[in-house]
Formats: sequence, C-alpha cells, structure tokens
Amino acid sequence: MPLRIVMAKVGLDGHDRGVKVVARALRDAGFEVIYTGLRQTPEMVVDAALQEDAQVIGLSLHSGAHMTLIPAVVEELQKKKAEDIMVFAGGIIPEEDITELKKIGVAEIFPPGSPLQDIVDFLRERFPEEAAAPA
Amino acid sequence: MKVRYDQGSREDGIETSTISGVPVKPLYSSDDLDGYQEELPGEFPYTRGVHPSGYRGRLWTMRQFSGFATAAETNRRYHYLLKAGQTGLSVAFDMPTLMGQDSDAPTSRGEVGHCGVAIDSLADMETLFDGLPLGTISTSMTINSPAAILLAMYLAVAEKQGVPLSAVSGTLQNDILKEYIAQKEYIFPPEPSMRLVVDSIEYCAAEVPKWNTVSISGYHIREAGSTAAQELAFTLADGFAYVDACLERGLKVDDFAPRLSFFFDAHIDFFEEIAKFRAARRIWARHMRERYGAQNPRSWQLRFHTQTAGVSLTAQQPELNIARTALEALSAVLGGTNSLHTNAMDEVLALPTDKSARIALRTQQLIAYETGAANTIDPLGGSYYVEALTRELEEQAEAYFAKIDELGGVIPAIERGFFQKEIADAAFRYQTELEQKRRVMVGVNGFLVEDEEELEILRIDRGQEQGQVERVRDVRAKRDSARWSKTMTQLGKAARSNDNLMPYILDAVRAYATEGEIMGKLVEAWGLYTEQAVI
Repeated sequence: MPLRIVMAKVGLDGHDRGVKVVARALRDAGFEVIYTGLRQTPEMVVDAALQEDAQVIGLSLHSGAHMTLIPAVVEELQKKKAEDIMVFAGGIIPEEDITELKKIGVAEIFPPGSPLQDIVDFLRERFPEEAAAPA
Repeated sequence: MKVRYDQGSREDGIETSTISGVPVKPLYSSDDLDGYQEELPGEFPYTRGVHPSGYRGRLWTMRQFSGFATAAETNRRYHYLLKAGQTGLSVAFDMPTLMGQDSDAPTSRGEVGHCGVAIDSLADMETLFDGLPLGTISTSMTINSPAAILLAMYLAVAEKQGVPLSAVSGTLQNDILKEYIAQKEYIFPPEPSMRLVVDSIEYCAAEVPKWNTVSISGYHIREAGSTAAQELAFTLADGFAYVDACLERGLKVDDFAPRLSFFFDAHIDFFEEIAKFRAARRIWARHMRERYGAQNPRSWQLRFHTQTAGVSLTAQQPELNIARTALEALSAVLGGTNSLHTNAMDEVLALPTDKSARIALRTQQLIAYETGAANTIDPLGGSYYVEALTRELEEQAEAYFAKIDELGGVIPAIERGFFQKEIADAAFRYQTELEQKRRVMVGVNGFLVEDEEELEILRIDRGQEQGQVERVRDVRAKRDSARWSKTMTQLGKAARSNDNLMPYILDAVRAYATEGEIMGKLVEAWGLYTEQAVI
C-alpha cells in the first residue's frame, strides 16, 4: 500500500498555493494524497484521516493561528486514540514556534522556502516500506 | 534596420524567459517597435500614465497596509506611521473579520488579531480611528465578503466625527470575484455576492462620491501563484465583469467607472512588471471607451495601488528582502503606480515590527527623493524591450479574455475551476523551475549561509484574544436591544428583496449590531458557497 496522506488547511485562511504545490509534488512522488480543501476544523481533519485510513496528516497555515490549531489537531488525535497518525506542517511558522510544536509531537515543520524534495525525502525516510510500494 | 543577433541561452543555464514564460531575446532593437506610435501621458490610451504631469504634479501615495491585535494597538501604529511621513491609511483585518465572524465565534479561536486587527462592531471601529480626522485622511480597507459592513462602520465613524459623507475618501477592496479565483475568502455564492458589490457601488455613487468602491485586485491572484500575464488578464476580466453587473443594474457607465480602481502585485521580474502596469492602463482604456462607450476620461483611466510581492520574500537571510522590495517598488514607480505598499523584510515570518515597518516606508521615500526616478514621466516609454513586452502582455491578456468569453464569462469560468487550475499549474511550474535550479532565489536554492541569524519578530500576545472576546460580549450586553432587533429584522427582509442593502446595513451598524450578526442574517437569506478543491 502506498503511503496515504491527508493534506489540509486548518483555520480560516485561504492561502492555498503552498498546500496545493506540496500536494501535487507528493502525488507525483507516488504517495496517495487526499486534499480536504479549505477551512477545516481540527475535528474535521482528524475524522478525514481516520476515514481515509491515512498514516500522515499534512497541515498548512498562514494566518498566525498555528500555535492554537496545530496543538488542537494533536489533541484531537489523542482523544480519538489515533496518535499513530503522523502530523507535519508548513507555512508561516517562526523558528521558536517550531521548537515548541515539535515538543508536543509534530514530526516536522517546513517553513517558507523549503524544497519540495526535502518533504518527499522526509516522508520516504519515515515510511520506507510504503514509499517503495507502487502507487 | 534589421538586427541579427545570436539567440543563445545563458551560459550558466538559468532560464531567460520572463516568469510568465515570455521568451526574452538577448537584444531588442527598433525592429521590435514595428507599428509603434508616439503616446503622451495623460492621454488616451494612457500607456504612459494617467497624469500629464506624472509624479512631478503629485507623488504616489505611500500607503502601508497595517493592522494587528486590537483596535487600540493598531490605532497607535497608525499615529506612528503618519508621524513617520506616511500619507494614507490602509487597514489589515484579522481572519475572523475577513470571514465575517465575531471574535467569540468557535472557529475564531486562535485567529483573533493575528494577521490583522479584530473588528467586531462600530465600537472597535471608533477606537481604530480615534484621533484620526476622516475628513482629511484617506483610508483603504482590505476586506471583501463583508466589505459593505466595514464600509458602513467607517461611514458611521465619520458621521460621529461630524464629517459629511461627501468629504469621506478612501478605497474598499470589495473585490469578491478574485476571492473565488484566488484568495478564497468567499462566504456567499457568487450571485448574491455580486449584488452586494453593486449595492455598495450604487450607494456610493449617490452618497459618497469620493469613495473608490472596488479595488479590483490582481495581487492575490499573483500571490496564489499566477504569472504576470494571468494576473493582468484575470484582474481586468474581473473589472469588466463588475462593469457588466452595474450596467445590468441600470447604472450609467460614467456614473460608477471613475471610482473603480485596481491593485497589482510588483513581483521580482523587473521589466515584465513594468510592462504589465503599462499594458493594464492601455487595455482598460481601450475597452472602456470602445466596448463600453464611456465618455468621461476618468472612466478610461486605470488608477492602481501596488504592493510588492509577499511571495518573493524569503525566510532565509531575510535582510535580503529589503533589497527585493526596493527593486519591486522601483518597478511599480517606473510603471506609474498611484499608490504603493512596500513589504517589510520580516513579513515572511510575522507581521512587521515598528522598525521593519519604518524601513519599508523609508524605501519608498528613498525612491521618491534620492533616486530621481520620480522626476521624469514613464522613463522607459519607447524602450525597445519594454514596449515589446507591453505589447506581448496585452496580446496574452486579450487571448485570455477570448478564452473566458468562450467559457461564458467570469462566474461560469470560476464555477468550472478554470482560473483555479491555471493558477495552480503556474505555481507548480514555477516551483519546479526553482527545484531544478533553472531559476534562482538567493538564499533559498543558491547562495546559502550555514548559520542563519534569527530576526527579532513581532509577537502577538495570545492573551489579547480573550480581551477582544470580552469586548464584543460587552457591546452586545450594553446596546439598545430593541433598536438592534428592529434593524436586524429589517435587514433580513431587505436581503430577500431587491432593495439596496447599504442603508439597512448602516442602520444595523449604528445600532451596534456585530459583523457576525449581520453576516448571519445575510447567510440565512443567501446560503454559503463551497468550492470543489482542485490540485
């Protein structure tokens, strides 16, 4: 089974250039990508991941609400006993917030300017078996 | 003269086409000006500018977009910026305000005051403009779906200051079409959204004659990843769609067109940007005169605000953003912008600090007062290259207009995902070129440093959210509830009729109805829009 990833925009901001570019790059790299679209609540994202049987959630935020909404997704996963689903994120997230978010269990944060290849490599490294499976 | 020149590519392998993909020749000559006709600024079709005296008569307005946390905090920043020599105000609202919801709505959690100022009711608007005379200052408000409500709040503050509406000047973004296309801050379906836009245009034409009713925006289209040519074409197509909608309402073109203005991005591809601004003026003038039969030259003149490209800024070596912004701002000035916002170097990480905001403003002052760029009008007019590029961009835009017509117009094209797909494809193409190092972003995919120094950034106190939540609850508790209730009922009825909604919204705002309550009434009548996401 190829790796299944739910990509989501949480919160109110509609800046979707980044998430779409990343979603397309991950799909081209052979992963199965489900893009939820805009304005998802933490509950909606976790439900989507469970329904889609995803191993990974990718979050995109550009509104400055990342210190509220990303932890809310992590908490929601705990609440639904789905901590095995890995969370990574990208967007306008300053360095010191990255440290804090990693402490609560976010696997990786990709700030502005991150090469797409870094994101692909990161996922392949974390999920070597799924990454090798044909899409 | 027939010039022959080797068409070879760059030795270092870097892409030489413009970001829009226009092939660029190594040399341009008079061959490229075939059919070129001498033009003057201040004259149709205004390729060289709308003012016959250029910046000698009047410099562009230095208008820094600003807003964060609470109305009181932002008010302090406005006083600071005006003291520093800024010449107009520009309000940035936070996400809940942009999405038409109050600070205490469940989905506002974590978003209050973060990427702009939180405005819930007239009470916040009064604080925001405290000590700022609305009869002499012009204000631009970047808001779209709830634009009519924020305009009503602004007008209500002016009333309280004793300023007649005929003296109030400023600009409302109020451009809903590009929300469906690019920025995605839509709430209602396109049809009632367009009705609300036309209502505000009609109202202002009669009551607030100095107000620029719609700022038709390419900025967000570009920031979402489009090329310059797409930005130009989609924005002007939106402009024509507003004209069509107003004509359908029965308005006369010369009664509203002079108050339509535009808002473009100044990206890093220097000459292409200049050509884009020049082409925009020419296309608008031709269509307004020839297609819509406008008689008033003001209807032909495309006036625009420019913001340098947020998307071109880098989190890596962020000081370089000062240089990028300066070059982009210079392209806007050489392209004849009427108003300008320069980004601060730290905006890729957070909202700007006082210091970075000052440097951004000083960059404009440097262009205006040190470089001499403002001393002559359209200094690149007649340049073989810039004229050829201007023509090329105009041709690309016309080809897009034809395509949009084929799809049945702007709204059907939105519903079919045409713009969204074009933009997503362009964004992916550009990112791929960066990945392959066919284009270089200094500090990102070339010229890296090992140890990045951390920049001091503005932190928004997370505690201020609770304060704002309490403020809006306090407003609800203290207002005259009978008056509030009456205005809300009338608004609900009006939304289902064909009445112009502006007077009803004004009444509700004066009764301290909150933004979320007013939007709620409209949603009851019109429903919500959702898009089919395409990747």
